[in-house]
Amino acid sequence: MTRCSIKATTGLCLLILINACSIQPWVKPYERQHLADPIMTFQRDPISSAYINHVYQAREAARGAEGGQGGGCGCN
Amino acid sequence: MAVIKKPFKGKEKTSFPILKSTLIASSILVGTWPVIAAILPEDRADALYHSYDGGGVEINGPSLLVRKSMSNNTSLSANYYIDSITSASIDVVTSASPYTEERTEYSVSGDYLHDKTTLSLAYTQSTENDFEAQSAHFSLSQDFFGDLSTVTMGYSRGWDEVGKTGDSDFNEAVSRQHYRVGLSQILTKSLVTELGWEIITDEGYLNNPYRTIRFIDPNDLSKYQREPEEYPRTRTSSALAARVMYYLPYRASVHGSYRFYQDTWGINAHTYEVGYTHPYKKNWLFDLRYRQYSQNSADFYRDLFQRQEELTFRARDKELSTYSTQTLGFSVSYQFTPSSLQFIKRGSINFAYDRIRFDYDNFRDLRVNNVNAGNEPLYRFSANVIQLYFSLWY
Repeated sequence: MTRCSIKATTGLCLLILINACSIQPWVKPYERQHLADPIMTFQRDPISSAYINHVYQAREAARGAEGGQGGGCGCN
Repeated sequence: MAVIKKPFKGKEKTSFPILKSTLIASSILVGTWPVIAAILPEDRADALYHSYDGGGVEINGPSLLVRKSMSNNTSLSANYYIDSITSASIDVVTSASPYTEERTEYSVSGDYLHDKTTLSLAYTQSTENDFEAQSAHFSLSQDFFGDLSTVTMGYSRGWDEVGKTGDSDFNEAVSRQHYRVGLSQILTKSLVTELGWEIITDEGYLNNPYRTIRFIDPNDLSKYQREPEEYPRTRTSSALAARVMYYLPYRASVHGSYRFYQDTWGINAHTYEVGYTHPYKKNWLFDLRYRQYSQNSADFYRDLFQRQEELTFRARDKELSTYSTQTLGFSVSYQFTPSSLQFIKRGSINFAYDRIRFDYDNFRDLRVNNVNAGNEPLYRFSANVIQLYFSLWY
């Protein structure tokens, strides 16, 4: 990487950082009724999600990042 | 179904992939939360009956999950899970004898909420006749940016003891570590996304002690002989996933996800999933989903090796071959409010069905033995997965 491109990347990162500091949460609490609906939950019934993940983990080589905050899949 | 277990003749991987999930309980115990603000999971109890039937393998049993808040900022959870296995899978019928066995798993966990931070600890123990597994889990979740963003970090550690039926001297160990980070981000009033990254490292005896590979018989090139598998003693994998969910204007939701997986055994995998959730009237909820998975084989996988000890590491596990799966499934949920039980807020009765089709590209069906070695048809099968569960919120 050339010195010029390093400077450009650093400048871009700084710009994003400065802009990010000025960004405010754009969805207000009173606008989140749709998000609070149970149909908007990625894993609505944990006992069922865990089981079906288990079925796939047992029969596929891929593992991890199945979803669910905090728990992870804990496979293999 | 009458099955006879002949342990000395070896058995299929069936029990081992199940044990891939010895840390799985952490996901149901540590729980999932709504995407708005830091709160503890709801108090609820679930009783599940599960059934898997496909490829000559039948697995069923119960799972019980109870969660209860102890205070405004503490919640405890416990899970009891059983797999009752009857296996006459292709590996078993072509190299051993059908068998039955049972795996029992216990898990406990605790969550502590302080302001916008949730700390979670969990412990899981899994037992079967030739495999013991314990695991501990830690997770930290932090809401910020007006509760539009949630960052999660997690670490798990597992300790397995591998035995071999019929060989009391056989005793091997496996150590596992999981590192997770995740970001949940509300993008609009109707759109939420999740990103997740998980690295897993295994060290120890990663073989199945019962499985063999096959190689061309040097005395008759149309036939094959067998020798034990030989796996590396380490494996590190990385999985990166993105999920998105959108609320439709008429109160329904659609979701999609993609996961990329890669490991040091040379396997790359892609998982795609889409789903649709539709409430009907006050009490009904319908889900429809489709999932597609594909992977390439491990570097040391061969359906048929050219000679004995051709490679330092050798595998003929179909889960390490090149193959794809497709799943089509649906769920139906009926929700109710019992008027006679004051302490019950609500309940639901749920039924889910998934049909999974497995198509292998370089794993051949050895039940066909009237052709030369290597010319057997490719293996494929379908499986039916059923869940029936009852949930109560209190």
